[in-house]
Amino acid sequence: MTKISMLQNEIQKETETSLLGFWIYMMTDCIVFASLFAVFIVLRNNTAGGKAGSDLFSLSFILTETIILLTSSFTSGLALLAAQRSHLKQTVIWLCTTGLLGTSFLILELHEFTKLDHSGNSWRGSAFLSSYFTLVGTHGLHITIGLLWLFATLGYLYKKGLNEVSVRRITMFSIFWHFLDIVWIFIFSVVYLLGVI
Amino acid sequence: MNTSMYQSKAFKAYLCGFFLSLLLTLFAWFIVWRHVSSGHVVYSHLFIRISIVACAVIQMLIQFVFFLHLGREKKPRWNLHVLLAAIGVIIILVLGSIWIMDNLNYNMMNITPSQADSAF
Repeated sequence: MTKISMLQNEIQKETETSLLGFWIYMMTDCIVFASLFAVFIVLRNNTAGGKAGSDLFSLSFILTETIILLTSSFTSGLALLAAQRSHLKQTVIWLCTTGLLGTSFLILELHEFTKLDHSGNSWRGSAFLSSYFTLVGTHGLHITIGLLWLFATLGYLYKKGLNEVSVRRITMFSIFWHFLDIVWIFIFSVVYLLGVI
Repeated sequence: MNTSMYQSKAFKAYLCGFFLSLLLTLFAWFIVWRHVSSGHVVYSHLFIRISIVACAVIQMLIQFVFFLHLGREKKPRWNLHVLLAAIGVIIILVLGSIWIMDNLNYNMMNITPSQADSAF
């Protein structure tokens, strides 16, 4: 075996190990979300005489948020696909699209939070509102961290271009982003759709 | 390098996953929208609950297969094993909490807060 192919083998192994490690981290993160879901489901009717989900949530607003996040999950997959094929320009375009969609999702969520807060339904209002803000807020925090990570990756791409390390980073980011969308499917279904019926 | 990524199989898988997810999202949303805008009479509550949860679970599986390429990795498939273990923990955590707390609610229904206090 030549020295170069040995080095490539080493890098390949390192990538596989770190991807498995990241995957295991993702699973523990899912368990964190599961416990927050359990708390929300248990407390969802404890409104302390205040407003319930059916008075607070707007169906069309939620659908907009959901479609934006779903599309960004799709585009992050396309960025990975382009990165694996060493198309730098396509990678950057799809990563930027993902960032743009993710940012608009975050703005919509913050808008919803401030609207709830201003209408007197802050997280202090009731057990239902506390658990709602904790669950959706934790998801929003993950989205924020994901966006910072995305912009850091774009900076790395600008400086170093596409190599094994940047492809690995984009792979991890897309796994993270897909999982955030899967968590959001359940927030959309359990918190919002089951909340308004 | 020569073949465009938009003609590859992987791209078609992403596209397929995206459209199926979109369809399931719109379907679940539409049922709820129709139910709410008709004044809660069109469907039974049980039907709506089951279809919302079913749509969410199917969409999760679709994204696992088409976005996260589960089942197409090399053996020994550690990813799948860890995922199944996590799903087990999640089911015990969520269903167990619902089960216990609903029982608690049911058994405490006829007790006033002051009675509950004096019991301790």
